[in-house]
Amino acid sequence: MTARTMFEKVWSAHEVVQETADTPAVLYIDLHLTHEVTSPQAFSVLRAGGLPVRRLDRTVATLDHSTPTDREQIFGGVPIKLESARKQVEQLERNAAEFGVELIGLRSDKRGIVHIIGPELGLTQPGKTIVCGDSHTSTHGAFGALAFGIGTTEVGHVLATQCLLQRKPRTCAVTVNGRLPAGVTAKDLVLAIIGRMGVSGGTGHVLEYRGEAIRALSMEERMTVCNMSIEAGARAGMVAPDETTYAYLKGRPRVPQGEAWDRALAEWRQLPSDPGAAFDREVVLDASTLEPMITWGTNPGMVAPLSGHIPSSGDDVFRKALDYMGFEPGEPLAGKKVDVVFVGSCTNGRLNDLREVARILRGRRVARGVTMLIVPGSQQVKREAEAEGLDQVFKSAGADWRESGCSMCLGMNGDTVQAGKYSVSTSNRNFEGRQGKGARTLLASPATAAAAAVTGFITDPRELLS
Amino acid sequence: MEPITRITSRTVVMASSNIDTDQIIPARFLTTTTREGLGAALFADWRYDASGHPKPDFILNTPEAQGCRVLVAGPNIGCGSSREHAPWSLLDYGFQAVISTEIADIFRNNSLKNGLLPVIVDEATHAWLLAHPGAEVAVDLERRVLDLPDGRSVSFPLEPFARYCLMNGVDELGFLLSKLPDIERYERSHAK
Ligand code: SF4
Repeated sequence: MTARTMFEKVWSAHEVVQETADTPAVLYIDLHLTHEVTSPQAFSVLRAGGLPVRRLDRTVATLDHSTPTDREQIFGGVPIKLESARKQVEQLERNAAEFGVELIGLRSDKRGIVHIIGPELGLTQPGKTIVCGDSHTSTHGAFGALAFGIGTTEVGHVLATQCLLQRKPRTCAVTVNGRLPAGVTAKDLVLAIIGRMGVSGGTGHVLEYRGEAIRALSMEERMTVCNMSIEAGARAGMVAPDETTYAYLKGRPRVPQGEAWDRALAEWRQLPSDPGAAFDREVVLDASTLEPMITWGTNPGMVAPLSGHIPSSGDDVFRKALDYMGFEPGEPLAGKKVDVVFVGSCTNGRLNDLREVARILRGRRVARGVTMLIVPGSQQVKREAEAEGLDQVFKSAGADWRESGCSMCLGMNGDTVQAGKYSVSTSNRNFEGRQGKGARTLLASPATAAAAAVTGFITDPRELLS
Repeated sequence: MEPITRITSRTVVMASSNIDTDQIIPARFLTTTTREGLGAALFADWRYDASGHPKPDFILNTPEAQGCRVLVAGPNIGCGSSREHAPWSLLDYGFQAVISTEIADIFRNNSLKNGLLPVIVDEATHAWLLAHPGAEVAVDLERRVLDLPDGRSVSFPLEPFARYCLMNGVDELGFLLSKLPDIERYERSHAK
């Protein structure tokens, strides 16, 4: 048999009907995650057609995008202040109840950002096809799943048929040799990858991250990398499962237990790409040469090493980006003033990220004039962080510690950055207005964000760790 | 969905590259639970000033742009968020086709499912379109070409099934539902 990539194995195992020249493949979906923003119109289509949700056992809903992060509005019995958000939350509650969909609801201790709770609960597993009406579904690929974002019409397709019509994407290997130097994180790595590939470099492709540097990453770090695959335009990102993956999954609530675990494990071990399997493309990086990275423009591909400079010239788009950011060509990045620091999101809202931040904040204070918001990715992350006393570190430093959710990553719930202000954010998009109208976002790692919070300027976190 | 065979219109040019879906419709407009009425929010942060008045120099607010149904965008439009609100807002505003050299995957899929035609052209054609705002063009699904006013016809890629659905007003959900026997068979053979 010919050598196959991991993507090809997962794809072909899920073909209900193979693609032909005239019709796309009918692809079976193992797990469908939904949230309040991209599902209402899909449920309306089902209702209008008198259709049930086909596989309730493969469908899980949660609330994360527009939910408040303020404790009072979730547990204090006061209604959600933002009316549009409250309506959307109530709509999903109604839809879930009417169709019988499992909802990890507003006050559930399992609630959190959909891409954080899937892995946490063990819903995310190697070899599965996973979709969600959300582009960062690519996160789940860290487990060797084929996971990608879909639009609302497709959410309706999956609810009604558990399938999607799909053309087979192409594959691209992203080989990262060497080891990341101390103080350089998975976020820095993925920003460097996007800088290399560009924001449309991965269009039409599924990326497979591989190589020594990827193998050395923890599951949380692999999720950070896969999460941002979409920022290079890719359909999905994948990492082959290995002992790190299995150790993470073992014993989680929704993974097979006992003998079923052994059977699953035997299957998962077959997933990695065969030696010599051909990819349509390959990108190669050397991790050992990387430094902490930060974005300076209005898309994630406009990125540079923190010790570097903003490019000194460029086209109209470059000038428009600098104009929006209020930066000059050729300026150094280190030393730029910061107003807001946001730690959280499905990219960097996990426990390891919060520990990184605490390492820098411990015994220090958030600089005068800087607002720092720390939003755990899930209620579980929140509990674990509090059990370690991280919340005390954050609060004594003067940071604001919240309930979980997407929060300032997209500013739908009222947590926004004011126009013209500079925000160093651990999230994944620095598009114009992403964190609020006129907000100026610089994407970076949790360590870099924490360093900016305590100094008030863009600072190499390694200076504060030595 | 109404069948679509040919769209004829003058073009509006927005030459920015990498126009992401957060620009097409900012997140604060996503709290809707219907598909309707999103045209008012299209490009909201580029289109209106702080007090909500149309900015006179933004292209969609100019007299020439009124009534145009074809948007020519800079390289790579639709990257970022999977929000289907992006094609919904373009369609509600009145656009029926978007032309660029690259169109991001999810946005392209979402567009096709709603009858907004994503037209990917080569760089030379794109350069010509950018240089000729207001050109009268036609997107012809039957021939799978973009007809330019100088008589040239430029072919563009279009997935055959999507084209079939667009031209016949076929709903993809109906097609998928017709595959239920195959889906059931698959489920039986994969039951653990
Ligand atoms: S944290 Fe941000 S990127 Fe992640 S799902 Fe929420 S809004 Fe999307």
